[in-house]
Amino acid sequence: MIEVQDLTKSYGAVTAVDHVSFTVNKGEILGFLGPNGAGKTTTMRILTGYMPATHGTARVAGFDVFRDSMEVRRRIGYLPENPPVYPDMTVETYLDFVARIKNVPAERRPGRIDDALKKTNLEERRAELIKRLSRGYKQRVGIAQALVHDPDVIILDEPTVGLDPKQIIEVRNLIKGLAGNHTIILSTHILPEVSMTCDRVVIINKGKIAAVDTPQNLTSQLKGGQKIRIETEAPEKPLRDVLAQIPGANRVLIEPARAGGHQAVTVEAAQGNDIRNQIAARIVEHGWPLYELHGVSLSLEDIFLELTTDDAAHAQASS
Amino acid sequence: MGGLYAIYRKEMGHYFVSPIAYIFIGLFLILTAFFFNVILAEVIKQSFQMEMQGMRFGAPSDFDAPAAVMRSFFGLLSTLVLFFTPILTMGVYAEERKRGTMELLMTSPVSELEIVLGKYLASLSLFALMLLPTASYMIFMVLRSDPRPPWSMLAAGYAGVLLLGGSLLALGSFVSSLTENQLIAAVVTFAASLFIWVLDIGRNTDSGGGAVLQYLSVIRHYEDFTRGVIDTSSLIYYGSFIALFVFLTVRSVDSMRWRRA
Repeated sequence: MIEVQDLTKSYGAVTAVDHVSFTVNKGEILGFLGPNGAGKTTTMRILTGYMPATHGTARVAGFDVFRDSMEVRRRIGYLPENPPVYPDMTVETYLDFVARIKNVPAERRPGRIDDALKKTNLEERRAELIKRLSRGYKQRVGIAQALVHDPDVIILDEPTVGLDPKQIIEVRNLIKGLAGNHTIILSTHILPEVSMTCDRVVIINKGKIAAVDTPQNLTSQLKGGQKIRIETEAPEKPLRDVLAQIPGANRVLIEPARAGGHQAVTVEAAQGNDIRNQIAARIVEHGWPLYELHGVSLSLEDIFLELTTDDAAHAQASS
Repeated sequence: MGGLYAIYRKEMGHYFVSPIAYIFIGLFLILTAFFFNVILAEVIKQSFQMEMQGMRFGAPSDFDAPAAVMRSFFGLLSTLVLFFTPILTMGVYAEERKRGTMELLMTSPVSELEIVLGKYLASLSLFALMLLPTASYMIFMVLRSDPRPPWSMLAAGYAGVLLLGGSLLALGSFVSSLTENQLIAAVVTFAASLFIWVLDIGRNTDSGGGAVLQYLSVIRHYEDFTRGVIDTSSLIYYGSFIALFVFLTVRSVDSMRWRRA
C-alpha cells in the first residue's frame, strides 16, 4: 500500500530524514518509533504530500506522493501533531467542512460524519464548539477528521499525546479496530503503544532507520539473553563468586547495599537457559535471605535505547 | 471547484460565527453614517451660499450638489477602506498557519488556487456586505435630489470602491500569507497600501516617471470612478493588480511546502 524508497529530506545542512526505505502492506498498522526530532513528523509530512522530499520516492496506493499528489491526498487521512481544528466551529460543521474538502459527495456526507463521530465517541459533543472541548476531545475531533472520508491510508502523528490513560486505551482500541479496512501509520515516542497496537515497528533515529520488525521479533532478537533480578542480603564478594559459578550465568551486577542492607543483584544469563532455580538454591544453601527473585525480559524500551543511543555510550554501557 | 466553495463557506462561517463580521460592519456603518451627515450638511450649506451668490449676481448656480456629496462620500469611503482592509485580511493565512490548519488544507485534495480564491472571494464578499448598507444613504439622497443625478454615477462609484477594496484585499491576503503574526500582517499591509496610495504624489512632476507613478497609484484610478467615469485603463489596472496579488499569494502558499515549518 505504501512504498517508501530512499527518502531523504534536508533543510540546508540539516538532514531530517536520511535515505529511509520501508513498505507498509494493506491493512497493516505500522508504528513509527523514535525520540523527538528523529524525523517521524517529516516522513509523515512527505507521505501526506504536505512537503516534497529532497531525494527518493514515496508511493501510496501506487501513486507518487509528489507527482500524483492529488490522488494520494484523496486516499489519505492525516492527523498532524496538533489537531488541525477551527476553534469557532462546532464538531459537526468542522467535520462537514473536512468532508467537503476531501471530496466526499453530498449524499454520503451525513453518513460519513455520523460514522466518524461514532467511532471516536463524539456523538454527544457534535453540536459543541471545538474551543469548548478539552484537549482529549480535541484530539478525538482530530482523529474523526482523519476518518471522515473513509481513506485507504490513515496517518496519525502521535495520536495519544495529551490524553488521559482511559482515553489512551480508547484511542488504541479505535486504531486497532480500524486496521484491516485501513492501512495505518502512527508515530509515537511511547514504547508500550507500539507493542500494543502495531503489527510492525520502524525504529527511526536521527533520520535513519535503526530497525524494522514486528514488536515480538524485535524483543526476542535483541534480548540475546535473560536478566534476573535478585534482592538479598549477603557479603558482596562471596555472593558474586557463588552466582558467577552457576553454569549459564554471564554477568553479575551487584548494586551497593541500600538502607537496611538489601542488595539488588542483576544476573545476565544466556538465552534459553533458565537458571532461576539454581540461583535460589545457591543463595538458600549459603543461608542468605532471599527477598525477591524475578526474570526481566528486555522491554522495547531497552531495545529502543540500545538502538538509539550513541555508539560510544552504547559500548560503555555493555562493557 | 467543490474545494473552492467549501473554503468560501468556511471563511464566511468564520466571519459570521465570530464577532468579526458584526464588529466590522457595525463600526463601518457608524463611521460612514456620521460622515455622511457631516458631508450632507456641509454640501447643503455650500449649495445655499452658491444659490445666494447666483441670485445676487443674476446668474443661475451651476453647483451640482449631489455630485459633490458623492465625490466627498466616495473619497471618505476610500480612506476608510485603507484602514479596514488590513484588519480584514490580517488573519486570512496568518491565523491558519498558527493554528496548524494550513496543514489540513494542504494535505487535502484542493489546489492552492482553490484555497486562495475561496479565501479571497470570502473577504471580498464581507467587504461588499459592509458597503451594501451605505448604498441606502446614497439612494436616499439621489431620490430626494432635484434634478435627479443619473444612477450610473452611483453605480460607478460603488464599482470603484469594490475594485479599490478588492485590490487592497488581494494585497493584504498576500502579506498575510507571508507571516504567522497577524499584527505584522496588518501593519505591513497598511504600510504597503499607503505606499501605493501616495505614489500619485508624482502627479505634479512633469517627468515621464511621474506619469508612470501616477498610473500605478491605486487612488488615481479611483477618482475617475467617483466622477461617474468608468475608464478601461482603470479596469485593466485594478484587474491586473488583483490578478497579480492572487497569483503571488498562490505562489506564497505553495512555497510554504518548501520552507521549514
